[in-house]
Amino acid sequence: MSSSSRIELPQGTLDLLILRTLALGPQHGWAISQRLQQISSEALQVPQGSLYPALHRLERKDWIRSSWDVSDNNRKAKYYRLTAAGRKQLEKETELWRKLVAAVGQVLDAV
Amino acid sequence: MLRDLFLRLKSLFRRSAVERELEQELRFHLEQEIAKNLSRGLSESEATRRANLDLGGLEQMKEESRDARGVWFLETAVNDLRYAARILRKSPGFTTVAVLSLALGVGANTAIFQLINAIRLRTLPVNDPQNLAEIRIADMTDARGAQQRHYGLTYPLWEQIGKRQDVFSGAFAWADAEFNLSPQGEVRSVRGLWVSGRFFDVLGIRPFMGRLFTAGDDHRGCGVPGAVISYSFWQSEFGGSASVIGKKLTISDQQVSVLGVTPPGFFGVDVGHQFHVALPICSITRLSAFNALDSGTFWWLSVIGRLKPGITVEQASSQLASLSPGIFRTTLPANYPPVSVPGYLHMKLTAHSFATGLSDLRERYSYLLWVLLGIAGAVLLNACANLANLILARAGTREREIAVRLAIGGSTKRIIQQLLLESVLIAAGGAIAALFAAHWMSRGLLALLAANEGGVHVDLHPDWRVLVFTFVIASITCIIFGLTPALRAAQSQPVEALKSGSRSLTAGKATLGLRRALITAQVALSLVLLAESLLFVKTLRNLTHTEPGFRTHNLFVADLGFPRSNPQDLQVHAWQKALLNQVGSVPGVLAVADANTVPLAGTSSSNRMWIDGHDPRAAKDVHWSRISPGYFRTLGVGVLAGRDFTDHDGPATRKIAIVNEAFAKQVTLTSDPIGLTVRMEATPSTPETVFEIVGVVTNTKYLDVREAMGPIVYFPISQDPTPSLSDQLLIRSNLPLKNLLPPLRRAILEADANAHFEIYRFEDLIQESLGRERLMAALSMVFAILAALLSAVGLYGVITYIVTLRRTEIGIRIALGADRGRIFRMLFLESGTILLIGLLLGMLLLPAVAMLTGKMLFGVKPRDPVSLAAAVLLLLLVGFVSTFFPARRAALAGATAALREE
Repeated sequence: MSSSSRIELPQGTLDLLILRTLALGPQHGWAISQRLQQISSEALQVPQGSLYPALHRLERKDWIRSSWDVSDNNRKAKYYRLTAAGRKQLEKETELWRKLVAAVGQVLDAV
Repeated sequence: MLRDLFLRLKSLFRRSAVERELEQELRFHLEQEIAKNLSRGLSESEATRRANLDLGGLEQMKEESRDARGVWFLETAVNDLRYAARILRKSPGFTTVAVLSLALGVGANTAIFQLINAIRLRTLPVNDPQNLAEIRIADMTDARGAQQRHYGLTYPLWEQIGKRQDVFSGAFAWADAEFNLSPQGEVRSVRGLWVSGRFFDVLGIRPFMGRLFTAGDDHRGCGVPGAVISYSFWQSEFGGSASVIGKKLTISDQQVSVLGVTPPGFFGVDVGHQFHVALPICSITRLSAFNALDSGTFWWLSVIGRLKPGITVEQASSQLASLSPGIFRTTLPANYPPVSVPGYLHMKLTAHSFATGLSDLRERYSYLLWVLLGIAGAVLLNACANLANLILARAGTREREIAVRLAIGGSTKRIIQQLLLESVLIAAGGAIAALFAAHWMSRGLLALLAANEGGVHVDLHPDWRVLVFTFVIASITCIIFGLTPALRAAQSQPVEALKSGSRSLTAGKATLGLRRALITAQVALSLVLLAESLLFVKTLRNLTHTEPGFRTHNLFVADLGFPRSNPQDLQVHAWQKALLNQVGSVPGVLAVADANTVPLAGTSSSNRMWIDGHDPRAAKDVHWSRISPGYFRTLGVGVLAGRDFTDHDGPATRKIAIVNEAFAKQVTLTSDPIGLTVRMEATPSTPETVFEIVGVVTNTKYLDVREAMGPIVYFPISQDPTPSLSDQLLIRSNLPLKNLLPPLRRAILEADANAHFEIYRFEDLIQESLGRERLMAALSMVFAILAALLSAVGLYGVITYIVTLRRTEIGIRIALGADRGRIFRMLFLESGTILLIGLLLGMLLLPAVAMLTGKMLFGVKPRDPVSLAAAVLLLLLVGFVSTFFPARRAALAGATAALREE
């Protein structure tokens, strides 16, 4: 459902959102994309095409790990879960994000 | 980090597994998405379409995923390599041509480099060659007497150095020689070495059989203790017989027993020559009448030392310098010419690294080989341009494939990488084939060299330097011919390429510019090579036909040697006269004369001379020669004034001389010097002499065909105060050598049954001295023709390509009634422009190249207009021919045939 009312993700935020989603528990790729869309109340447009490259990138950085498991509908799916390093990275990036939002908001309010 | 590497390796080796996993993962995603879409009430086809659209291009994502995993390079490299190999296998014609032309191009370069490496860079095959140093005299201008070699030392100097130095753990002296193994008759000479006792010991050479010399073998009065022979001589002379030790060799009439054999790889220390027989230096007194051991004016020994551990060449030099005054004071010869005594006492010894040994081959051929390498490099560039052209042409036909790949999301980087990999594969194949080609080519080159030099021995086994060289050359080549087309191809516009159908006009025209530029560069290079080679050919012709001032045709030389038991002085003169009469009476011999120096043979005698009564400081250095009566008649030198020598001129009569015109002009400063007396300064072997000029002859060359004619003085051989036991006869005869040889042999042996001799044509002597020029002319011509052919092929390719591109246009023109001449004119204008620009570029390049090769030329200027014009004409002709055929085909092709294809 691509529509122009959705917000495109700013550069670099996809990683943070994936990590946040996985903080709730292991998930497979499709579930992550659904989750992101739901939580953001369909406001965010998650580019599915860049989801998998991002997952593989995070795996290479050792922030997430993958394993094959059986999904809810009894299908084999690749599940991703957060590593300790990933959890630390999530905290760091969350804090950074909040600071950024606060700072940008301050500037915007001041003017 | 480790995990990262693990992932990369895993994906590399389990490529298909990883790929399968990714596919599975994405398939799962699609299924889920489709299921979701279906549950929203979409039709099945719509659900699938949406899901695919949302996910994006599957292939593109696979690529990006791989990219993100960081396995891109390794994984795709292996993948692409397979792909490139498959593509190359699919066009065997192209692949063969490409690999073969590289094999030849890189091979020729490698072969020349192999030779340079062998004679210039390779260290001696002895123990620790880096620690060897040669002892030389820094400035030898005051070294009087006979200099047998560059940096030669006398035996008394060697004795003193051996006694006094303490920077070397060991030192030895050596000199090369020719030993005559024939007991009588025609000379059979082998390469000999005079060596001091510790020669083999200091070099670290162990005997292959028997024993080698030790310090105890070499002492004054040693007689002839024995000979050490080389492995190859052992094989050729004794058939590798195990019982060689103790066998006798006849060397200059002495019986010498073989003591031992050196190991196979050892050739001596003179790179390029394999020694056959080594004798201790002390034996020279028994083999030669001249006492070389006591002479302080015979500079013939090369002295080498092995540096003590921790001592550098510089330290050795400074120690030798401090020892020098004492050494030279002790060895000052009693008969040293007084003007040169202070110079002798101030001589200084220095040390120089001897790791690569010594080589006159190196002195004479290094420059030539570097120039040849440059030429071969230019030919390789030319071949590269042709390859680039070929690849561009292929890229034209592959444009669609590339366009399709770009359109479905293939990355540009990847496509460039793939095209480059094809080039890498070709270059690698070419380099490997080149190593094999170079193996044969370097041996061929060596055979050419050996023909000039009378046997050359060098180690041509490829070492790391050769391998690195080949690798670097092949890589550069690969970049040149591979990168341009690859970059060009990746820029292609998919839409345009796909639209324009199988024959892509627009893209074709874009590569055409690049192809034109390549041909232009080829023409420029070819012009330079062709013009240069014509200069070398002209040099060779000039030298071959140069007038040395006498007639070289039908002239023969007999080198004679007599056993040293022969009587001295007066009897030698009588003997010489008898021999001349004997040879002169041989049927077919028109004239014969005796001389102590054969002109143009590379040996010379010179002294300072001045007019009697004038200031000796105004003296000039003048070449001189001792000759018998009839010398001028035999050579065909004109007597301008005065008289020739006669049989009446002898030791008892007044000392006389004949001079040439140049002497009259430059030394006596008059055109009529007859009757003037001239003085010649004292030498170590003769006192100052006064002689009267009795004749003037025309100018001749003396030492070498390349030199200008200078002043020469001729003395009667009958007035030689120290008659020589060796002799040269100059013989004029209309007979061919093979008919002349038997009666000459009989006549000489009749005069002296023990005589040794060697007879050859004078023209062969000159030809031998022109070996380098011949090599240069032949090889540069071969390379130039190769370059021109490559350019012709290139030009042919481009014109054919243009014809293909414009076939429709040409067809329409002809159909509309255009005359075929116009088609011809159009294509010739095309190739004419390329040729013209190329030729102009070449002419701009030529002066820079000519500057480098100027010193190799003779009798022709580096900017010789005739050679240049000939090269231009040749290339125009080549260009014309390679344009004519495709043009004719285009013009003759019926309009219908061309149009039908559309």
